[in-house]
Parts: sequence; structure tokens; C-alpha cells
Amino acid sequence: MFSFSVPLGKLVRTLSRLRGGGSAFPGLVVEKIDPGFMQRTLSSLPHGVAVVSGTNGKTTTTKMVVELLESQGLKVFTNRTGSNFTRGVAASLLGDVDWRGRLDADVAILELDEAHAVHFVNKVPPRFSLLLNVLRDQLDRFGEIDKTARLLEHIALKTTDTVVLNREDPRVARIANVLNVPGAVHNPSVRYFGLDESLRSTFPNDDDMRTATTGPSSPNTPAPGTAGEVSDGPAADVVLRRVGAQDADFEFDGETVTTGMKLRGVYNIFNAAAALSLARAILGTGAVDTPKLVKALGDVAPAFGRGESLTVDGQPLELVLVKNPSGFRLGLKSFPAGGYATMIAINDNYADGRDMSWLWDVDFESLREDGVEVLTGVRAYDMALRLQYDEVRFGTVETDITAALHAFIDGSRGKPKRIFCTYTAMLAIRRELAKITIVEVVS
Amino acid sequence: MTSEAQPAKGTVRVLQLYPRDMNIYGDWGNALVLQQRIKWHGYTPELLEYNVGDEFPGDIDIIVGGGGQDSGQLVIQDDLQARADHLRALADDGAPMLVICGLYQLFGKFFKTSAGPVIPGIGILDVETHGTDERLIGNVTLKSPEFGDVLGYENHSGQTTLGPGVEPLGTVTKGAGNNSKDGHEGARYRNVVASYLHGSLLPKNPAIADFLIRTAVERKYGTFVPGTPDDDYARLAREHAARRPR
Repeated sequence: MFSFSVPLGKLVRTLSRLRGGGSAFPGLVVEKIDPGFMQRTLSSLPHGVAVVSGTNGKTTTTKMVVELLESQGLKVFTNRTGSNFTRGVAASLLGDVDWRGRLDADVAILELDEAHAVHFVNKVPPRFSLLLNVLRDQLDRFGEIDKTARLLEHIALKTTDTVVLNREDPRVARIANVLNVPGAVHNPSVRYFGLDESLRSTFPNDDDMRTATTGPSSPNTPAPGTAGEVSDGPAADVVLRRVGAQDADFEFDGETVTTGMKLRGVYNIFNAAAALSLARAILGTGAVDTPKLVKALGDVAPAFGRGESLTVDGQPLELVLVKNPSGFRLGLKSFPAGGYATMIAINDNYADGRDMSWLWDVDFESLREDGVEVLTGVRAYDMALRLQYDEVRFGTVETDITAALHAFIDGSRGKPKRIFCTYTAMLAIRRELAKITIVEVVS
Repeated sequence: MTSEAQPAKGTVRVLQLYPRDMNIYGDWGNALVLQQRIKWHGYTPELLEYNVGDEFPGDIDIIVGGGGQDSGQLVIQDDLQARADHLRALADDGAPMLVICGLYQLFGKFFKTSAGPVIPGIGILDVETHGTDERLIGNVTLKSPEFGDVLGYENHSGQTTLGPGVEPLGTVTKGAGNNSKDGHEGARYRNVVASYLHGSLLPKNPAIADFLIRTAVERKYGTFVPGTPDDDYARLAREHAARRPR
């Protein structure tokens, strides 16, 4: 079917790119003049649409799923960083369809923020969904984490084929209980990704964060019809068994495989188990080249600002994005301070979350021994106050990120560097670093 | 930072109420600030926790309680009722307490949730709370007759109105406070301070922390001999927070 909306939308996209304008505007245009565009285009894909959502790790996980599927010869459509909402998906589609509106892809893997995902799945019910976690992030947008969990539940209820859930996050695992009840529209099957018991203590959930009884969290009610590992929840499709310095063990199909990992940080590697489980669901029972799949997993490089390593003055400089207490705690645990010069950059713009209270739920004691060189960002003094109460030494406090970054680089010559930063602080730091080193451009 | 050793002047026991179920939005910060400032004032802090089903510890000098989700409030409500007489006796006797958000609501007469059910409170504070569909979220500043400018962040859908038995903590100059109508924030009854401000409340408002500590020490030992905590960063964090938009 030929529709004028596609050529028009593509034209708007070309024009707005020439102007250097926003990426979502052409999506808005095509949505207005042809509301069925997105649904029509995506429903033509042989493997359908998979949605990746959750508080943390969407970008890296989506990237992993794409690379895993590409390793099996699939053509994948995906939305790039910064366009993880409905209009952004439509805009990305416009860039990839031909002039007749056809998308040359086998499957779409879409990263969607929890709130936007709800609108999206109402328009385009996905065949697959992967629900990563519900953390105490963005409470200033969603109010409470139970509300966020309900948003994810809605995505699961709209999924037609398979829902992949995080067994170790009680709010996510519990979503299984609302699926496949009498009268449900869809009856998707449920599969889990999980952690070895020995790794669970490294993933405290938000409810356990400040109690004496911090321990493993497991779903209260195992899903019906699953066998094995019943003592600590339902059996998982993929289990992360071990995380080494450069490699990791994943168990699936009853076997444990070891692979080198380019990704850093336990939480990124746990999300690799999530990506593997979703990819396996999409590939189904067809011929899967497992060695290639595992190699692709090991080759995934971190996405934009998520544990990226750049080179400055011949020394590595790592950017670690921190958005919430669990993420910051895991960041501190995954990237030990020893031998590194550390900077922390905290902004409170809308995209960071306006509420600074979460800094008080992070334990900074691990920084006591080496201290922190520079604190920056709009809320640098909130961070200074936080470190004062945790008895962590710090040097310069400078709210201007550009000045702070240069002070940090000058003051820590010859040392590897690490910067923990909130989202908009990361953007500012990357912009500044691009002037002195090569920083990958993500369109 | 005041780190030089001073002779200990006595212990101050701080009890966190229900940290397992009522501890969100950085409530831990309030307990940590009390613990450190007690030390900086030259006293010895003892930090204790009370969760549903625990034995309630004796000899408590300060009680601090946090916010929680509606589901957390449901979990603790029966246990809180069982402790109501004891907590009321402590409050009436002048024990200093700080209750934020969810426990502020439950220290009042009741919280009628927007879904319908009424969670009874323990009535230490003459306030009532009604759940609404409107969420009051953002940076807050208020003027308090006792503590000067108070800064924080609010995030609640319950709206609280004060009865004649309490005074507000302050008058809002930026933000909403107890409800979207009367410009009051928080509640004061004897030495109980109740507020919707997390942020956390005490790190950027050391005057309130020191009020709780001074009251506790005077109640226990008769006189309070303060130390000299370094509040430069608290002052700078306050100045920057005050400039941020709602």
C-alpha cells in the first residue's frame, strides 16, 4: 500500500536534520497525518516487535539483544539512544523505511521508558517484552516504585508471545502472577533470567537497602508450572553464575559457558543474561549457532556513558552513569576505587531526576581510603555534604563542569581516572572530552 | 568535619522506626545525620532499629521515622497500633521525634487513601490526611519560626490538614507543603517534628537536627553542652538548593 505520509515524513526528517533539529519532530508529523504508520510498518516484521523496559540498563541491554540477533543473521531495526518514546520510534522508522514505507528488517528491538512504553504497547502490542528492574529512580516522575511496577505490568499484559522477567527483582518477578489468569486477552509464556545465589548479595533491592537483614530477594510466589530451583524461586532460562575480572559464566540449556566480557560492572553483565534470554525467546526453536551467540555476547561494548572507557593523557578515563541509589552502589562495588583518581558529577535537571534525596541511600565508605579529587555539577555541594557525613575526604568542589573536568585532568596526571556522573552531567562531560580525545558519536 | 577526640559526655540512643518498610527517599540520611552530629557534639550515639515484630527497645532518646509507599503503610499499621500507647506516652513526656511523610501521616488521626480504605493513625498529632489524585512533587522552602528557612523536597499525594492541637512547622515560600491550599508545611507537637520534606530533611537543616539532639540530651542529662560541627557545606548546599526551581 502506498501512502503519502512516508515520503512526506521522510522529507520532514531530511529538512529537520539539515536544520540540526530534534529527532522526534518528523515522528510527530507522521503520527499526526498517518496514525497507523508505526503499527502497520512494525506488524509486517516476521519476528515481530520486542520491547525492553525497566528503570536501569535499557540502553546497554537493547544494544546487546541487537548484536546477539545480528550474530544469527537477523536484520534488526532498533531505536537509538535518546529516542526511546513513541514519537522517537516513529522518527527512527522514517529513517529506515524505503519510500514506499517498507522496513527491511526481521525484527524490531525497542528500548522504551516505562511511561512511554505504556502508550506504545497500546498502539503496537509487542510479541516479546523484557522487563529488567524497578528501581528507585525517577520517583519525581512516577511517584512511587509500586506505580512503576504497574507500568511494567501493563507492558506484560499486552505482550502476545513471551515475557522475560528478572527473577531477582521481586516487583518484576511478581508480574508473572497477573499473566495467564482466566479472562486474560493474551497468554504469553513467561521466562526468567536470574542470578546465582552467590551473586545475589551484590544486588540488594531497594526495600532491603537500609535494614539489618539485607539478603537475597526472591519472588514471593513462584510462577506455576516451573521446575527446579524451587527453593529460591522459579527456574530461569539463563542464569548468571559467576563474574570474573574479564569473563563471566552463564548457564542455559543445562550447560555453563564461559565467555570473555568487554562489559564492565556486575549489573551490566547481569543484563547480558537478560539479553541472552530475550534473544533465545525470539530465535525460538530454530537453528541457533550457540558459539556465535556467546562470542557476540562477549564482544558487546558498553553503550554511551555506561562504563565507557576513553583515553586521556595516555591514561584510561571511565565514565560511570549513576542515576539512583542501587545503580550508584553497584557502580562503587563494580569499579573499586584503588589506584584511580575519582570525580563525581551530580546534576538535578529533569533528565537526571530533580530529587537529591537518593544520595543519602548510597554508602560511600568504599571511597574513604583514596578520597575523591573533584566534586562537580549543579548539586556538587549536596554531594560534598553527603561525603562529609560519610567521612570521605574530597578536594575541589566546583559547580561548573567544564572547569571541574579540567582541574580533575590536570590534578591527576599519570593516574587512571573515573567519573561517576548523572545523565546530563555525563552529556556535558562527553562534550568537553570530545575536544581533547576521541569520543564515539552516538546519533 | 569535627574529628578531634573529645571526652564522651554520655550516650544518646536513636531509634529508627520501621526502616524495613518505611524508608524511602533518603530517610536513612536523617538517621545518619543524627548519629554523626551526636558524635560531633561530643556525645556517643547508639543507633537502633525497630521493625514489625521486633521487641521495642527501652531507654530511647530520639525517634526518627520515614516515608513509605502506601503498601509499606499497610504492612506496619497493625504493629504501629500495638505500639500506639507507648509512643504517645513518650511524645507526651517530651521525647524528641522526627516523622517524615508516611509516618507523619500515621502519627496523625487517619490516612484515608484515594483507593478508599482508611488506615487508622495513632493520633499523636492532631492532623488528618486524605489521599488525592494530585501529586505534590518538587523542591520546597518554608519559613519556620523556630528553625529559620527549611529546605527540602516533597513527593506525596496524601494531603494533610492541621487541627487545633498542633502548630505547622512553617509557612511555605516555594512548593506546596501539607496540602495544595493553606500554605502550611509539617506539624509540631511538644518535641515532635513532622514534615513532608525529605531531601533528606536533616542534612541541609542542621538546626532541626540539633534541636532534636539538644532536647534529648537535656531531657536525659539536664544540660546540653554543644560541640562545634563544621556546617560550611550544609550552608553551601542550602544556598544552591534554594536557587533551584520548584
